[in-house]
Order: sequence, then structure tokens, then C-alpha cells
Amino acid sequence: MKEEIIVAGFGGQGVLSMGKILAYAALSDDLEVTWMPSYGPEQRGGTANVTVILSDGPISSPVLDTFDTAVILNQQSLDKFESKVKPGGTLIYDSYGIHRAPQRTDINVYRVDAMEATFDMNNSKTYNMIVLGALLKIRNIVPVESVMAGLKKVLPERHHNLLDLNRQAIMKGMDLVNG
Amino acid sequence: MEEVRLMKGNEAIAHAAVRYGVDGYFGYPITPQSEVLETLEALMPWETTGMVVLQAESEVAAINMVYGGASTGKAVMTSSSSPGVSLMAEGLSYIAAGELPALVINVMRGGPGLGTIHPSQADYFQATKGGGHGDYHFIVLAPATVQEMADFVGLGFDLAFKYRTPAMILADGIVGQMMEKVVLPEFRPRRTDEEIAQQCPWAVTGRPEGRKPNILTTLELDSYRMEENNLRYQRTYDAIKANEVRYVEYFTDDADYIFVAFGSMARICLKAIEDARKEGIKVGMIRPITLWPFPSQIIDELSRRVKGMLVVELNAGQMIEDVRMAAMGRVPVTHFGRLGGIVPNPQEVLDAFKAQFLTNG
Repeated sequence: MKEEIIVAGFGGQGVLSMGKILAYAALSDDLEVTWMPSYGPEQRGGTANVTVILSDGPISSPVLDTFDTAVILNQQSLDKFESKVKPGGTLIYDSYGIHRAPQRTDINVYRVDAMEATFDMNNSKTYNMIVLGALLKIRNIVPVESVMAGLKKVLPERHHNLLDLNRQAIMKGMDLVNG
Repeated sequence: MEEVRLMKGNEAIAHAAVRYGVDGYFGYPITPQSEVLETLEALMPWETTGMVVLQAESEVAAINMVYGGASTGKAVMTSSSSPGVSLMAEGLSYIAAGELPALVINVMRGGPGLGTIHPSQADYFQATKGGGHGDYHFIVLAPATVQEMADFVGLGFDLAFKYRTPAMILADGIVGQMMEKVVLPEFRPRRTDEEIAQQCPWAVTGRPEGRKPNILTTLELDSYRMEENNLRYQRTYDAIKANEVRYVEYFTDDADYIFVAFGSMARICLKAIEDARKEGIKVGMIRPITLWPFPSQIIDELSRRVKGMLVVELNAGQMIEDVRMAAMGRVPVTHFGRLGGIVPNPQEVLDAFKAQFLTNG
């Protein structure tokens, strides 16, 4: 098993945190993992992305040119990474703020209206967990329980009362794919 | 068994320093290595091991605090990124001349000047050929994984104390900023004053009754004696060259071509090699772990049986000079690199290799 993922969007959408939670989930599952962020001034307001590789074998390069799965959360990232999905791979995008939908036909494209779903949940901070839920539904990379274990490690203990809200957000994201 | 954790390379350095029993860290924040100082501040080791963590007013101050701390036989360190390390150059020369053990970490970013904050390996010359003035060297370790970021803290200090010389961890923004799995070294206590006195009889710790004063100075106005000092430094460097060369070989047994790459660039090359081998192209790699002393011997040996070598670096061609020196013109040695903070992906490396070695004729 090897899954090469890029998550890309605006700084502030929780792109890096989502990648981090995925990485911690991989740790709970005894997988090898690398988490390589775009870092720097572009994190505030501009675009941010993170490459997460999960594998049951050793991982060579943490920097990649193509990906099995791309999770795309803004137009700039779609323009940049649509062509970087491997043929037969997966592209998941949120249509919120996207004015040009993905064009490729040789990959599996999923539209997930996660931003809209945050309005249902009445909590915009659940956004990246909803996206993560959709990703887990589409690509069965790690079990939800591993993600929850990962979340427990990422969240400071004083915020553990939010674990349940996060689980609800993940479930919401999974339901979006069903619907 | 020790717990497997997930953390950034910079964070791993901080954890490893506390666990090694380091006495003092002195530094000044700069991207992409600020997490070293931040993590140390969060760990608050002054309350557990007694380790001092101090944010100095500048890199110049930090390296001179290291100079002072090292003079007392304490295990002291600093970390910075390229422009900050340039500011430390004078202090590094003094620490080398004073024959003092210390650990300096450079998490390189794109230069020259203030440059960018993105990954680079353009300080290879500065680290391995000097940077400060005078005939000196220090041991330079190049980590490629977060695990090595943690492990080389202990290795760096062990070598620094063994040879009474500064050691440097020469990392880059990738290995500093990326997270992966790491098993941290075991906790060990800081050395006691008695242990330091025993291990470092040269240290300036206050003269006990009946002992001659220890004087540490890098000034020697008698040139004949200064030459003697220099010859002593050179004997140390010869011993390091004879004993401490470290490197890793990948797929060299059947290789027709060899990549030479260090740090995170070696990992990108490894992926390019995996892809090349799927196409039936037999590429191998040498990854130097010690950039100084450089693994010239293995390059010499391989240059007698491969068809060519591609040196891949995040710079305009620095380590290639050491590779060419070792290969002695026996095979073509060419270079591929990206500059100023741009990181090539594995496909770019493979394309460059094919363009340089496989498209003739």
C-alpha cells in the first residue's frame, strides 16, 4: 500500500492540519509517513499545500511531481495540481469559489461541497474535518478510529472536548460522498 | 522499546539535545529552523535537566556564547540558517582555533544575501571549505531523515569531544520542516563538574590548588609557535579523515551510473533511481553523510567501474568539485541543481540524467 496525497488550498482552511491529522493516523496504523508542507509567507492569505505520503514500505522522496490523490480547495490549487494527478488517480474538490471545474476525464473526480456543509453544522472551523471525512470515504486509506487517535495527539488536551465535534464533521464529510 | 513519534526535523533536534544532556543552547530565530529554539522553549529543560536555553540578541552573540560555554568544557550548541551562519563565521574560526568542541546546526535556505526561506544546499562550500578565516575544518554531517536529525546531535557532540573540534549538522529546509517517524535517543544525564574536569582537562573551570592555569587563546604572536598550532590542527584533521568518513551506498553493485547527492536531495534522487530501474537503467547512488571528511575513497573506486556520475545538489555546483577531485577525470562527472530555494522533483532529476548521459548518438 502506498498513497501519495496533496492537499492544497488557502492558508487558514486547515490544509496543513488536515495533512497532519492524516499523518498521525498513519502513525497509529504503523505505516511509514512523510508530511512535507509548503512553508513560508504564502501561509497567510495565500495558497498553502502539504504533501502526505503513507506507505507500508520505506518512503524515498518526500517531494513529488505526481500524486495518487489531490484534495483541492481553491481555484489556484486546481489550476496548479489538476495536471499532477496520476492517470486513474483521484481528484477531490470543493466547488466553493471554483469557477472552472476540473476538465480531466482520465481520473476520478469527486465534487464535495464541504464549505456548504459547514453552514449546516453552523461551525466554519469544522471545514477541514469534513473534507477529511470525504477523503476517507473515497480513498479508504486509514480507518476513522486511527484518525480519531491521530486527532487526540494533534489537539492539546484542553481541546479534547472538541473530539466529538470533529468526529461529527468527519461523518458529515462521509455522508456528502454518499449523497 | 522507545516510542515512535511523528515530528519535524527541527523539533527532533531540540528533543535530541535535551536527551543527550546538552548544557546550553544559544540561538536567534530564523526561518526555516526557528522550531529548534521554539521547541526547546516549550520543553523547558532548565526545569528538568538544568540545560540553559537562551535567545541571544544576534547570531554574533549566540556563537560567542557557544565559544565561552565550550571553553568551560560544557556541551553547547547553536542553530541558525544560512544568513545567520554567515554572521557566525568569525566565531567558528575562533572555536576551531581554540580546539573547542561545539555543535552548530545550519538548516540551509536559498541565498546569497537574505535570499529566500526555501530549501537550499548552497552553503556546502561555506561548511566544508571554511567560511571563517584560516586553515581550519570542522566535521560536517548531512542528515537526510528526521531520524538522522535526531541521531546526529549525539554523533556530532561525540565527535566534537573526541577530536576537540566543532561539528556542524548541515541540513536544509526540507528535512527541517518535514515530519516523519522518529525514535528519540535515550535520556542521559548532563555530565557533572567532576566528569567534565576528567573529560576536558583543558577546560577553563577555575584553577584548583596546585594545577597550572588553563589558558585558551587563539592569539599567538610568535609565528613559529602558530605554525606548531596549525600543524597540530592538521594532525587532528588527518585523524578525522582517516577514521570518520561516513556514507551510504544505494544500488552500487550493478550500477552503470552513479548519482552523488546529500541530505534531502538524496531522497529525491532515490525516487528517481527507483523510477530509472523500472525502465531498466541501472543507476546507483552515494550519499555522503560526512561532507567533511568527504568520502573520496568510494568515489575513486566507483569511478573505475561506472560510466558516469551525476552530482545532484540544491546549488549551482559545489560538492561536484570534491567528486571530480576523487574521480580524477576517469569518468564524466556532471551536475544538476536548482537554485535559490527551488526543489526539483524526482522526474526532473531523471530527465536531467537522461539528457546528460543517455541521449548522445
